[in-house]
Parts: sequence; structure tokens; C-alpha cells
Amino acid sequence: MNSANYLYLSALLFTLGAVGVVVRRNAIVVFMCIELMLNAANLSFVTFSRINGNLDGQVVAFFTMVVAACEVVIGLAIIVTIYRSRRSASVDDASLLKR
Amino acid sequence: MTFTAPVLSYQLLSPILIVLGGALIGVLVEAFVSRKLRPIAQLSLTIGTLLLALFQVFTIRNSQSTTAAMGSVVIDGPAVLMQASILVISILAAFLIADTENFVPVAAAVPGSEDERRAIQSGQTLTEVFPLTLFAVSGMMIFPIATDLITLFVALEMLSLPLYLMAGLSRRRRLLSQESALKYFLLGAFSSAFFLFGAAYLYGYSGSVSFEGIRIAIAGGSGNDIILLIGIAFLSVGLLFKVGAVPFHAWSPDVYQGAPTPVTAFMAAATKVAAFGAMLRIFYTAFANAQWQWRPLLIVISIITMLFGSLVAIAQRDVKRMLAYSSIAHAGFLLAGVIALNKAGLEGSIFYLFAYGVATVGAFGVVTLVRDSTGEVTDLNRWAGLGKRSPWVATIFAGFLLAFAGIPLTSGFIGKFAIFSAAYEGGSKSIVIAGVLSSAIAAFFYIRVIVLMFFTDPQEDGTSVVIPSILTRATVVICFVVTIALGVFPSPLLDSIKTLAIFIR
Repeated sequence: MNSANYLYLSALLFTLGAVGVVVRRNAIVVFMCIELMLNAANLSFVTFSRINGNLDGQVVAFFTMVVAACEVVIGLAIIVTIYRSRRSASVDDASLLKR
Repeated sequence: MTFTAPVLSYQLLSPILIVLGGALIGVLVEAFVSRKLRPIAQLSLTIGTLLLALFQVFTIRNSQSTTAAMGSVVIDGPAVLMQASILVISILAAFLIADTENFVPVAAAVPGSEDERRAIQSGQTLTEVFPLTLFAVSGMMIFPIATDLITLFVALEMLSLPLYLMAGLSRRRRLLSQESALKYFLLGAFSSAFFLFGAAYLYGYSGSVSFEGIRIAIAGGSGNDIILLIGIAFLSVGLLFKVGAVPFHAWSPDVYQGAPTPVTAFMAAATKVAAFGAMLRIFYTAFANAQWQWRPLLIVISIITMLFGSLVAIAQRDVKRMLAYSSIAHAGFLLAGVIALNKAGLEGSIFYLFAYGVATVGAFGVVTLVRDSTGEVTDLNRWAGLGKRSPWVATIFAGFLLAFAGIPLTSGFIGKFAIFSAAYEGGSKSIVIAGVLSSAIAAFFYIRVIVLMFFTDPQEDGTSVVIPSILTRATVVICFVVTIALGVFPSPLLDSIKTLAIFIR
């Protein structure tokens, strides 16, 4: 199968994630959309690794997974703290800093 | 197939390893040292680690222009200078962070709850912030010396993740602080996704994750240009976000305002050095041959950033927000150094980054001192007449503002002059015109604050300058002295930058 199709899929997933970040209001869903974008980038890396015929891209994918896991830890900690003090995880409610 | 052991060159990596080791020991101190001893133990550990790392950077300064860790990082002149700047700025910022009065005692306690009150009454202090600082510093030290995309991405996250947490630790106005942490985190993670996607396309274009490989592929010019452009554009989005350039600046006023002021000082100064360090390296080495593709766009972004930052800062009534917009304008000036793409641009940027970082730490240090009974006073109207009540503090703050404005005899002037002359040499006159114009606009609001402090009558509303702790005092005074010294005698530093500032490829 043509590897370019995987690139199209990855670009599609990335766009879906980016649109999700912009339109969704729940912090957890926004965060999941960001994870989708990271995984889209991973798919690109692996596809390019196949096209280029070397393994560097696959190595990057492993690093990305680890980093994404760390990001989940930090992100959920922040979101849970916000939820406990406000009883809401909506990014629209968090608007005290808007002037 | 034989397996060869990797050569890491521990000697060259030692500054980073020392900081990382200090951070790990800090985590252990958190677990094993009694609550009473923790603040002093953590503080001395942090300062000691940073000083030791600075000493190590000093000892390796002449072994420049070599790669370490199998070519993942490079230790050349700019790398040594950037690491030294980051460490000096971090030491000064760590003195401010040591004033635990600014931090919530238990970050997990719900604001306004019984838990929080009990923690405050028992005199508990938050000491986790010290290891977090060290982790962030280690990421910042790797970021500008990374020479492949994996190291670059991991360093980016290493410096960002602790900062997201630190932004949410303010003792007062906790909801604001947590909100700023959320915004910083979501937008930061969003931009690092762009960064990673760009990195994937650069890898796709060149078949290599190292800057050297990308440079050779661009010079060869045989790949698909669309893929290269997508790669450069998306990678730049991630970097421009970190430096707070328009249109990726939305997070910075909110985060600067919401985060505890010592953290703001650290983040504003040290992140800028690290992010511009990485940016300079990438654009000067990996993308230099594709300059016709990225330079026009960066010129536009730089001009918009300068003008936007200066114009919007005029309307701000909050001193931290004003400094945030001023830092956006400074990001625009620094981008001029990236665009210059010549040796003078590199030298100017390094000088400017150090001078700006030190002045920023000092300015936020002063902000921590102006308080009333509920905490820091950041409303500019209530700063009126500060010069009459506490002339020393007001004079020092005025000095930092004049440095930001780029008035002669301060470090800001030398930095701006170096950067704009380099940009002129590099052939981008439009940027010089926009830069001078926005400096003039910016001077207006800096001087307005000075007028407000010195020529307005003080109001009786309980605003006063607290007696600073010895460490805060030291930070503010050192920053002030350095700012003036670099303005009056810049030549020693400029000369050493001149001899060191050459990127190896």
C-alpha cells in the first residue's frame, strides 16, 4: 500500500485534534485532543521512517510516548486541582484573568 | 554485528548532570528530611548545585567546539555562554523563590478550605518548588545545545513541564494562579504538538533527525520542498510559542500575572534565554540554507510582535501584565537577532538575552516587595508616589525600566544597539525602522510608570514596601548593579562573547 496514505491519515488526525482543541470546552477533552495531535505526529514519524528506510523515526516515536505520559501526569494534576476548587473543568469558566 | 559502547564525554555534560543530580537529591530531601529543616536544606542544595554547575561550565569553556553524547548535544562557544547565562539567571531567581511567603503551603489543598488554613497556621512551607526549579533548569540547559530533534523535543518538555506546575503555586489569589497554570499547560502542550509534527516532517524531508543531516539535505535540495516548508513552519510555531511572539503570545500576560512573582521572574528570564538559544542554533545551522523560505515570514512576525507588545502595554493597569507585554515586545527585538543571520546577530542576541534576563529578574524582584495586608500590590495606580515613600526601591525599579526602554548607560541600550546594527548589516532595514519606532512607543509607558512613582502624591491605602529579606535584597541589588555595569562597561563581556560566539555545525 502507498505509504503516502498514512501521511494523509496522520494529517487528518492532527487537524481533528487541533480543531478539537479550539472548539471543545472541557479541559479533559481539550487535553485528549492534544494527545491525538501528538499521536498523529508519531504516525508521521513512523511512516517517514518506513519511507526513508531508517529507524530514527521509530526511536522518536518511543520518546514521544514517554514524554506524552509525563504530560498526562502533569496535565491531569492541574486539571484535577482546578476541578476541586471550582467544581468545573470547563475552560470557559476559567476566565478570571481576562480583562 | 558488534555493539560499540556510546561515548558520552561526561566531562562536557557535567554541568547538566550536576543540576539533574541536585534535582533528584532534592526529591529525596523532600521525603526524608524533617519539615523544619527542609526549607534551608532545599535552598542550600539548590544554590550549591547551581553554583557548582556554573563552576563546571567555567572549567569546560575552553574545550569548546566538540560534540558530546554521540553528537546529540554540542558544546561550542554559544552553548557555554547560554548555559552560563541560564545558570546565573537561575541563581538570582532562586534567591527570590527562597522567599516562601509567595507560595501556597500545600498545593493540593482546595483554596479557602480547612486544610489550607491549618497548613498556613502550622507554618508549613512549600519546598517542592526547589527540585522543580532544578528540573526546569536542566531542561533549559539542554535546549540550546541540542543538535538533534529528539534531544530538542525532550529538552523542551523537560523545561516546560515543571514550569506548568510552578505557575499554579501562588499563595494568594489561588484561583487565578491555578487558572494560569491550566492555560499555560493547555497552550504549551498544544504548541509542543505542533513542534513535534514539524519535527516529523523535517525528518521526512531529510531522512535524519540531526541538524547536520537536515542542513545537508537542504543544501542538497533534492527533497520535496513542501514537506520542508511544513516542517519549518510547524517547528517554528512551537519555538515562537515558547518565546511569546505574536500571534502565539496569548498565554504570556495571563501566566505572568497569575503565577507567583518569583516563578514569573524565573520563567520570563530563563525560558527566554533557553528558547532563543535553541532558535538561534536551529535557524543559524540547520535552516541557514533555506533562509529565503523562512526569513520573510519571521521578519513579519518580528515587526508585528514588537509593535503589538509596545502598543498593548500602554493600556495595561497591572504591573505584571505590563511587564508581560514588554517581554512580548522584547521577543520581537530578539527575533531581529535571529533574522540577522550573521555573527554580529548571534553576539548581539547573546548579550541582549543575558542583559534582559538579569533586568527582568530584578524588576520582578521589586514587584514582590510592594505589598499591602492582602499580598502583592500589582495595580499600577497604587504604585503612585512610591518614589516619595521608598526612594531606593523606586529608583532601582526605574533603573530596570530604563534598561527595558534601552536608554543609554543601561545594558538595554547596548543590547538593542548590537541587535539592530546586526539586523541592518543583515539587510533587513524594515526591522530596524520598526524596532526603533516601537522602542519609542515602549519608552512612553516605561517613563509613565517612572513619572507615576516619583511625581505623584502617595495615596493612603495601605500600600507599602516591605523590608526585603537578605536574599531578595541581594538579588535586586546584584541585578541593578549588573544592569548598570553592562551599560557603562560592556566591553569585557562583549569581547568574551565575540571570541566565543561561533556555532559549530
